[in-house]
Amino acid sequence: MKQFKAKIISNRKIAPEHYILSFKRPEKERRIEPGQFFYVKISDSYRPLLRKPFSVHKISGYSIEILYKTIGEGTRALSKRKKGDILDMMGPLGKGFDAVRRHKKVMLVGGGHGVAPLYALAKQLEYPAVPAGRLSIFIGARTKDHIVCDKKFRRLGARVYIATDDGTRGHKGFVTDLLTRKILGSRDKDTGEGRGKGHTAIYACGPKEMLKSVWKVARRYGIPCQFSLEEYMACGIGTCLGCAVKTQSGYKLVCKDGPVFDAKEIVW
Amino acid sequence: MVKKRPRRGTTRVPQKLKVKIGKLELENPVILASGTAGFGREIREFLDIERLGAIVTKTITLHKKEGNPPPRVVEAPWGLLNSIGLANGGIKDFMFEQVPFLESLRIPVIASISGDILDEFIKLAEEVSRVGCVRAIEVNLSCPNVIHKGTRLPLLAQDRTAVEKIVSTLRKTTEKTLIPKLSPNVTDIKEIAKAAEGAGCDAVSLVNTYPAMLVDIHTMRPRLGNVCGGLSGPCIKPLALKCVWDVHSAIDVPVIGMGGIMDADDAIEFILCGSSAVQVGTANFVNPSASLGILEGIEQYMAKKGIADIMDLVGAAKA
Repeated sequence: MKQFKAKIISNRKIAPEHYILSFKRPEKERRIEPGQFFYVKISDSYRPLLRKPFSVHKISGYSIEILYKTIGEGTRALSKRKKGDILDMMGPLGKGFDAVRRHKKVMLVGGGHGVAPLYALAKQLEYPAVPAGRLSIFIGARTKDHIVCDKKFRRLGARVYIATDDGTRGHKGFVTDLLTRKILGSRDKDTGEGRGKGHTAIYACGPKEMLKSVWKVARRYGIPCQFSLEEYMACGIGTCLGCAVKTQSGYKLVCKDGPVFDAKEIVW
Repeated sequence: MVKKRPRRGTTRVPQKLKVKIGKLELENPVILASGTAGFGREIREFLDIERLGAIVTKTITLHKKEGNPPPRVVEAPWGLLNSIGLANGGIKDFMFEQVPFLESLRIPVIASISGDILDEFIKLAEEVSRVGCVRAIEVNLSCPNVIHKGTRLPLLAQDRTAVEKIVSTLRKTTEKTLIPKLSPNVTDIKEIAKAAEGAGCDAVSLVNTYPAMLVDIHTMRPRLGNVCGGLSGPCIKPLALKCVWDVHSAIDVPVIGMGGIMDADDAIEFILCGSSAVQVGTANFVNPSASLGILEGIEQYMAKKGIADIMDLVGAAKA
């Protein structure tokens, strides 16, 4: 069964509004892909009524971690749950990243807590260690308080680029400014040409506006791109048709067809 | 001495849970509501669907419907606001893609249909009547998220004449058990139910969602892509319960009650107010196996109260 009771191992604050919750892995046999999500019933009350989706942040043989930001009443209630508490969960649900190892360069772009699924992906892309310069992560957020996981990515061997809206950390402005600079920098110095198909890949997760501008950059330079999308959902398994996202082939469901989509599929 | 309950999966149950809705005989009164379980495929991974009374399909329309622009669902206090817009693959998709799967399920299927004009209802009823496992037709006259050409009012179920015309015509079209699904958003639901009964329906389903909306105060825009939607979940339960109470005393055909049934206690309230069967909707989203818990809870309640036949509970609440 994809529904189970999960025991909380820890639920710790990592930034003023960010938490990492670790719970016991349900069945070792079941494959969990980065980009998939767990659908969590946070409390037994009717407020919040619906489950909340959280993408996998870290997968190990014994435990699963999810990273979340306290945004609404659901996530605030989740932050109060303690070690040893039991959570009703469904998952892993949805379709994860199609992690292609052949790309010479991988660029991850995360907006705020959008870094959550990217860490699981980064760990899977190169295990045990990432060759220097192959993996870069671009993290954008409102202020320095919303930049999380940068150290973890650095420990994986990734190059970390940070942008904040208010300039309290890293580049002041959009994360896509840094992305564009990096892409241009990696081009052939003599001809200014790109490195050809299959050289670079982008994986991103974050607010819609950010993804839209990442897509613009990626399209301009012909770089393949996968996005993990977010949309309000009710059932989480593809029955209610609530979490629709417009694609080139009609509406698709974030919970079942996604949450990861090829960026060129999406109608922006 | 404590009586042992029979093991799960045995056919013998301690009480009589069978109910009859028109020609439709149900093993028990717990039904999956339309639009909350698709065609049963996905929810089956989480739920032994064959232990339930029946499943109502997602509403089928003549032509494929893309549905409304997102966001389509948003959480409300104690409830769920949705505006899916009857997204479905149309009758052809139903007949070729869904029926083979539904035939494999060993429970009665209630096909939910909806159309813009009378002609579409007729065609749909004719098509689904040919399917063996479709044992009844729920006529969705009350979806708040689509616009009908058949009436000047927002919902077909608000137009007494339209209800009479559609139900009486379908009565001539199909032999199957005919169940119009009514809207609570009317001046007097008893009048509409009586009209449906007079036109020859076998039972009525109520209630569909309540027309509602929510606004995001930061963006100053409605939260739903389609501006307004339908409200369901525990917040509407007392409202829906009153509709069932009113209609049960006004008509002789069975009432199938629904509206915010989250657990067995809720379901029993509906039965006491006059529901011969209950539909579980929003609860499926919160917990895909909720309907089975509700069924087990009803059995336990009957055992505790010493009630042998569920029909003794239907409408047992007295003023």
